[in-house]
Amino acid sequence: MVEWTEQERSIITNIFGNLDYEDVGSKALSRCLIVYPWTQRYFASFGNLYNAEAIKTNPNIAAHGTKVLHGLDRAVKNMDNIKATYAELSVLHSEKLHVDPDNFKLLADCLTIVIAAKLGSAFSPEIQATFQKFLAVVVSALGRQYH
Amino acid sequence: MSLTEKDKAAVKALWAKISKSADAIGADALSRMLLVYPQTKTYFSHWPDTKAGSEPVKKHGKKIMGGVGLAVSKIDDLAAGLLKLSELHAFKLRVDPANFKLLAHCLQVVIANMFPKDFTPEAHVACDKFLANVALALSEKYR
Repeated sequence: MVEWTEQERSIITNIFGNLDYEDVGSKALSRCLIVYPWTQRYFASFGNLYNAEAIKTNPNIAAHGTKVLHGLDRAVKNMDNIKATYAELSVLHSEKLHVDPDNFKLLADCLTIVIAAKLGSAFSPEIQATFQKFLAVVVSALGRQYH
Repeated sequence: MSLTEKDKAAVKALWAKISKSADAIGADALSRMLLVYPQTKTYFSHWPDTKAGSEPVKKHGKKIMGGVGLAVSKIDDLAAGLLKLSELHAFKLRVDPANFKLLAHCLQVVIANMFPKDFTPEAHVACDKFLANVALALSEKYR
């Protein structure tokens, strides 16, 4: 069972409470596709991904990034039971989407970098540690139902 | 994933923008790594303090960035350019190579944090490749 302090809970709810989902979601996903180009394998049907500019301005990627970020809301609302909360999504990513679970970490790292760029001096080491702990739990839960 | 001429140019351009703040970047990245990945503290049990802002952290962060700067200047042949550091890490420090990724991530978090406009996705991919190649050069002599 993952233990969360009161401080960690409020850090997470604060970050997500003040988040511009469209901006951060699209930036995180497009950054992931640019920095780790092999992740583009899952988006063959999304249109033009030929270069960084195309990826950054692709509306399908932007919309999908927003969707993925909203997917994290479930974890924020169920911090004491993230594993069970994501059981279905884990099966989806394994059985239907066939996403290599190593990729979850890559997206999580890009999301951390986008948040770091947005929050500036507010992104203290303690906040980074809490945010990365949260993402690590989500990543673990999403990979749990793979077999 | 070796560095193209475009990557090298991007790394040099980014370094030109951030090098004045190298000491601060190094100290911040190191203290974040020690906090976010507590297992990395095992290499610093000889320090009285691993908290952000402490003297050993600041001093060591500066040293690390000196290495990064050296790597930028030797970007055309990292293995040769970082030979001494490679021997140090292989025979004396013996840092598990998995940890290079953790520090690289924290360095990039700090650069994104301090230079959000400059750390574009294009700069990020070149930087990530560069740091991966530096890690490779540093672990050259491990076995």
